[in-house]
Amino acid sequence: MARKKRAFPEIPNASQADIAFLLIIFFIVSTTMDTDTGIYRVLPQWVENVEAPKINKRNTFVVLINKNNDLAINGQFAQISDIKDRLKEFILNPNNDPNLSEKKEENIEGLGLITRSQGIVSLQNDRGTDYGAYIEVQNELVKGFNELRDEFSMDRYGRKYEKLTPEEQELAKKAVPTAISEAEPQEVK
Amino acid sequence: MSRFNPEGAKKTVPNITTASLPDIMFMLLFFFMVSTQLRENTVNVTQNVPYATEITKLEKKSLVSYIYVGSPRGTFKALYGTDTRIQLDDKISKVNDIRPYIVGEWEKRAEEDRPKMTVSLKADEKTKMGIINEIKTELRKAEALKINYSAKKKVVDKK
Repeated sequence: MARKKRAFPEIPNASQADIAFLLIIFFIVSTTMDTDTGIYRVLPQWVENVEAPKINKRNTFVVLINKNNDLAINGQFAQISDIKDRLKEFILNPNNDPNLSEKKEENIEGLGLITRSQGIVSLQNDRGTDYGAYIEVQNELVKGFNELRDEFSMDRYGRKYEKLTPEEQELAKKAVPTAISEAEPQEVK
Repeated sequence: MSRFNPEGAKKTVPNITTASLPDIMFMLLFFFMVSTQLRENTVNVTQNVPYATEITKLEKKSLVSYIYVGSPRGTFKALYGTDTRIQLDDKISKVNDIRPYIVGEWEKRAEEDRPKMTVSLKADEKTKMGIINEIKTELRKAEALKINYSAKKKVVDKK
């Protein structure tokens, strides 16, 4: 009974492309590609009934946004584009102006004795302020601090902040802290 | 006409071989699998996040929890109106729900990852600061202090 051996039929692969195509469509539909970006901030710890610390008036840089999204720096109207330069002037205080922030010699581990500004930015807003306007101001403030940090890094290490090693970045952060305090919203005109 | 074709047989255009088509498709498939990540939840509130220049990338997706703020859209509009709402996971929630949510998110992470947990605040730019401040207060009370104000990269033309 010598039966002829049946040839094993080959699996057709014409539809393989279609199967892969279906999978692609599934992945396109069910996944996202957008990477999340944003302004990174660390909130202060919550403390019950805390009394506002007394800070010398010259050491505060008050940025106020009212419900019409108007901006004031230390009580005077200002433009968004002014914030960064005003902030840098306030922190650096090149001419030791008694109205701008106080500078103190401080000993920081790893850096030695450096002059550090005691200035603090106080960002105040109304309940009716737009989030967009708030972020715009926040962005300008962060930009100001980033530029100050860059300048410090250039002075100290001859490189920009981005190019520093993580340890050096930590030290630069200590030398130029992002001093933004966010007050509770209040009714402002 | 051609001397290489003495019989004068009619020339036919050869079929394009489709043997490599599956491979091309698989290449595309792997590209998509590698470069994307699964959609976690559908956002049912408007999300026109503001633009900014000083932004950082959120590195580890697994360490990020999201809070969406905006006015309801699509079918949710009829259910919840057009006032600004907070969305946690898939649900429209109240400010009071934030703390349990953060605690839940905290418990989901491995112990060593917990201190690195970041909250991404994805708020519409038309949102009023009142609600944002309430959220921030709740986050501070829940001790989720690392936050990221979601913003898109603004293209600045240098002239």
